[in-house]
Amino acid sequence: MDFNQSTEDNLFDHARVIGKPHARIDGLLKVTGRAPYAYERHDVAANQLVGYPVCATIARGKITHMDASAARAAPGVAAVITTLELEPLARADSNVAHLFGGATVEHYHQAIAVVVADTLEQARGAASLIEVRYEEAKGVFDLEDAWTRLQSTGEPVANVGDVDAAFAAAPVTLDETYRTASQSHAMMEPHASIVDWSDGGQMTVWTSNQMIQWTRQALATTFDIDAGRIRLESPYVGGGFGGKLWLRADAVLAAFGSRETGRPVKVALPRPMIFNNATHRSGTIQRLRIAAGSDGKITAFEHAAVSHTLLGGSGEDAVNQTRCFYAGENRRVAHHPIDMGLPESADMRAPGEASGLAVLEIAMDEMAEKLGMDPVAFRILNDTQVNPEEPSKPFTERHFVECLRKGADNFGWAERNLKPGGRREGQWLIGHGMAGAYRGAPTMTSGARVRLQNGRLIVETDMTDIGTGSYTILTQTAAETMGMEMQDVEVRLGNSAYPTSSGSGGQFGATSATAGVYAACVALQQQIAKRLNVDEARFEKGRVVAGQTDMALADIADGEEIVAEDSINFGDFKDELEIGTFGAHFVEVAVNAYTGETRVRRMLAVCDAGRILNPITARSQVIGGMTMGVGAALTEGMSVDTERGFFVNHDLAGYEVAVHADIPEQEVIFLDTTDAASSPLKAKGVGELGICGVAAAIGNAIYNATGIRIREYPMTLDRMIDQLPSTER
Amino acid sequence: MKAFSYERVSDPAQAAARAAEVPVAKFIAGGTNLLDLMKHEIEIPKHLIDVGGTGLDEITPTDEGGLRIGALVSNAALSADTRVRKDYAVLSRALVSGASGQLRNKATTGGNLLQRTRCGYFYDTGMPCNKRSPGAGCAALSKGAATRQLGIIGTSDACIATHPSDMAVALCVLDAEVETVTSTGEIRRLTLDEFYQLPGDTPEVETALQAGEMITAVLLPPPVEGRHAYYKVRDRASYAFALVSVALIQAPDGTGRVALGGVAPKPWRRDDADAALPQGASAVMARLLDGARPTQENAYKLTLAERTLAALLAQE
Ligand SMILES: Cc1cc2nc3c(=O)[nH]c(=O)nc-3n(C[C@H](O)[C@H](O)[C@H](O)COP(=O)(O)OP(=O)(O)OC[C@H]3O[C@@H](n4cnc5c(N)ncnc54)[C@H](O)[C@@H]3O)c2cc1C
Ligand code: SF4
Repeated sequence: MDFNQSTEDNLFDHARVIGKPHARIDGLLKVTGRAPYAYERHDVAANQLVGYPVCATIARGKITHMDASAARAAPGVAAVITTLELEPLARADSNVAHLFGGATVEHYHQAIAVVVADTLEQARGAASLIEVRYEEAKGVFDLEDAWTRLQSTGEPVANVGDVDAAFAAAPVTLDETYRTASQSHAMMEPHASIVDWSDGGQMTVWTSNQMIQWTRQALATTFDIDAGRIRLESPYVGGGFGGKLWLRADAVLAAFGSRETGRPVKVALPRPMIFNNATHRSGTIQRLRIAAGSDGKITAFEHAAVSHTLLGGSGEDAVNQTRCFYAGENRRVAHHPIDMGLPESADMRAPGEASGLAVLEIAMDEMAEKLGMDPVAFRILNDTQVNPEEPSKPFTERHFVECLRKGADNFGWAERNLKPGGRREGQWLIGHGMAGAYRGAPTMTSGARVRLQNGRLIVETDMTDIGTGSYTILTQTAAETMGMEMQDVEVRLGNSAYPTSSGSGGQFGATSATAGVYAACVALQQQIAKRLNVDEARFEKGRVVAGQTDMALADIADGEEIVAEDSINFGDFKDELEIGTFGAHFVEVAVNAYTGETRVRRMLAVCDAGRILNPITARSQVIGGMTMGVGAALTEGMSVDTERGFFVNHDLAGYEVAVHADIPEQEVIFLDTTDAASSPLKAKGVGELGICGVAAAIGNAIYNATGIRIREYPMTLDRMIDQLPSTER
Repeated sequence: MKAFSYERVSDPAQAAARAAEVPVAKFIAGGTNLLDLMKHEIEIPKHLIDVGGTGLDEITPTDEGGLRIGALVSNAALSADTRVRKDYAVLSRALVSGASGQLRNKATTGGNLLQRTRCGYFYDTGMPCNKRSPGAGCAALSKGAATRQLGIIGTSDACIATHPSDMAVALCVLDAEVETVTSTGEIRRLTLDEFYQLPGDTPEVETALQAGEMITAVLLPPPVEGRHAYYKVRDRASYAFALVSVALIQAPDGTGRVALGGVAPKPWRRDDADAALPQGASAVMARLLDGARPTQENAYKLTLAERTLAALLAQE
């Protein structure tokens, strides 16, 4: 099905199932421990062995020597494969670091061997017996140095109008530098795979991955085999947040282990290795300048940022949203990805925007204060309905102002603390803050197959459910389109034997995959109509109605299966439009006047994200994003050892994600909007919108509570303790 | 983790004798710290002596009017004991601020005292660490190191790690003593100050325990009247080790005692600092943190310690 123009009024505008609150259908399996995750799939292949990775303990250099003889002789060990025995593996497009093979070490905890044994304990015990000698090379690990060197150089990605003149002429300007920390996805389920490549022929991979086809292709490239020989299954994923978009070392090591031993091998990355072995969100340093007239209208933006990446990667592009979020005729934005020796940085939930809005939305708050304006009013004044760089490009649906207004009303913004540091309850300073949220709404080609069997519908697509609710919304989509009940639809996901979908990432999954399932259902309807010899048929209450015919779906094929397959292809008419999702976050914090501990007391998000397919799963996505935003604001930061070149706090004791006690009452309001240019369902994503701007809202609330402006994340107490009020009474 | 042998003993003296006799033996109680360290091969005992069956899991009154806490009493049971909650509230408060409910159910009094540091470099066997491998050097003291969580006082040029226990800080302010049995069956009593050793040139030596010596109990002196408070400051609201913690017992006349956690290789307390309590937080800290040697990243702990005590004093 081609989606070449905005959709008209259609069945989803009169929906019965879509848009209604349905609890997630895989919930029972999950809470009863029966949803099979990759590492626990003991049943799928007999005689599994366990592999344990060995990782490099230098950041840069060469391995000069490895002795695995003691490990090979250890009890239960079936095989040891060291990186020196192999040529460097071919690198798939999606990967920046080499995953295995060869003597070169590109980053700390790069995989350099795998030990395969009967049990985890045996493999782990033998792993430490491998002797490794290195020749260390000098590396660059300090982003501050790079920033000092590079700021104000390089090609801007956008340079519109006359920025310098606008700043020179503006009565009110801001020029500040901000820092965001490197972050780990820290999803609950580690990277894990079971691989059966016993005979070196067919390779079967049970894994935890967001993108089935990308990863199958990456495996084909890495092992130089035909993708047709590879089957991938990933029906349940215990969180990904972008960390599982790619092929990682778990599957590669398991594949080698399996080929060597002739048995299926499973490998999970131990948590302390994930932070440096796998990918992360790069830290950034960002300089933001804003110019405005005394009426509060923004005349210019300048935004420059650096982030780190291994050679060939793209880093964390924190400037992107500054190109089109607010009005203003002049703007210059530039991002420098710096080649550094730290582990591979790559996408993490709202890549770019999460870090960019964390900064832009503080700068907006600072600017509003300079102008003596309410930060909500300042944003309303600077709303734009067109891309300010290309005013001929309109936003399709942009209800940012409504998000701001509704948020302010529901939060009680009018009763907020007005004087920074001015409201106190006992030992706690109380403050309020807000921020805008913006994230694109991309869509990707997505396919599905549907099988009608005796009145039951089976949907097959390689789409993944990474805890997001894909099973549920795809069931709703099929039930809606086919006029069936949800219980008569069974959705099967995450298998390379199924048609290729968008996969889960970039908040394109829900929009694209539901449209793909819709396309397949329409193809099925056409087949049925043809079979019944009618031009058009209606599908309702489990029946097909056309002219004189009124038949139960169960009866149309005499027990025979009817199969249809299609995919949705989004046309390039979208290139002429700006399609985005918008939101506003409001928070209340308490900051301890003595210690600087910050506790979030209340959070509200208002989201404009097109048709909400299922308010329960959508809300889960948004509050999950808000929770991650609390972590980003207050605790999450990987500490860099700038000489040894690695992230030191590489476990969940040292890297602090928010715990229950950190999360207060969270409220989410969805605007009742649709976006006909986005997809047949008029939906857009919410999974990444939820995190955008949250950290800044908290930072602004801390300022409002204390009068202390922190421009570096995470906003831990040591960054403000010297400026807190005197403790003398 | 390396293979090890395992036995259960029922008598503390026998446990101590066995521990001295079998090479590279260790006691295991709740296992919440030791097993993690074994998995990482930071500790590699060849033999484990399970002391869970030694019957030391009771809290009993002493003749002096205090309490005797068996070494195997769980952190959960200790924090919930009504006598502890009433007369030694600082101890209850410190305990419940630590770890999580599940961990406190398993963690024991003896094991808590002997938990190892949470220095990130200590946990990474790819890094040099004097505490883990004597003489290897200290990664945390090298240029570029991440030291925000580490110690500011009582540290040495060999090691700047802290002792992470909350319970021990409360025991210190309570003047508790550790009771042990040695491998020859001798009973010893050590104050917490005698029990914990400063790192000096030998950060691998953390306590005064001799080979095989087992902790049998912690002895609490008669209750100390006054307000009992424990303030643990951390980045997130729960389930994190202290950046700084303050244990305070203060009499109505303003006199009292103060101990600090999160700043030193052992709970940190000084008599002259206690004596300064009526003069306020800054007078106490001027003495208690005299001689501190913070890094650039953890110098905030000096201010934080003082302000945390000030917060407690302002609460009344
Ligand atoms: C995730 C996590 C978070 C935590 N957070 C905190 C926190 O916030 N605050 C805090 O204070 N603690 C915290 N802890 C540490 C916890 O308190 C300790 O792990 C626990 O108290 C150890 O007790 P155990 O009985 O399990 O000791 P084990 O692990 O069994 O033993 C620890 C050590 O003590 C020795 N040992 C045990 N019993 C005896 C004995 N009777 N005589 C001589 N030696 C003995 C063992 O040989 C071993 O060396 C945390 C732990 C974890 C895993
Ligand atoms: S501070 Fe102590 S524990 Fe940490 S690395 Fe140095 S020697 Fe080891």
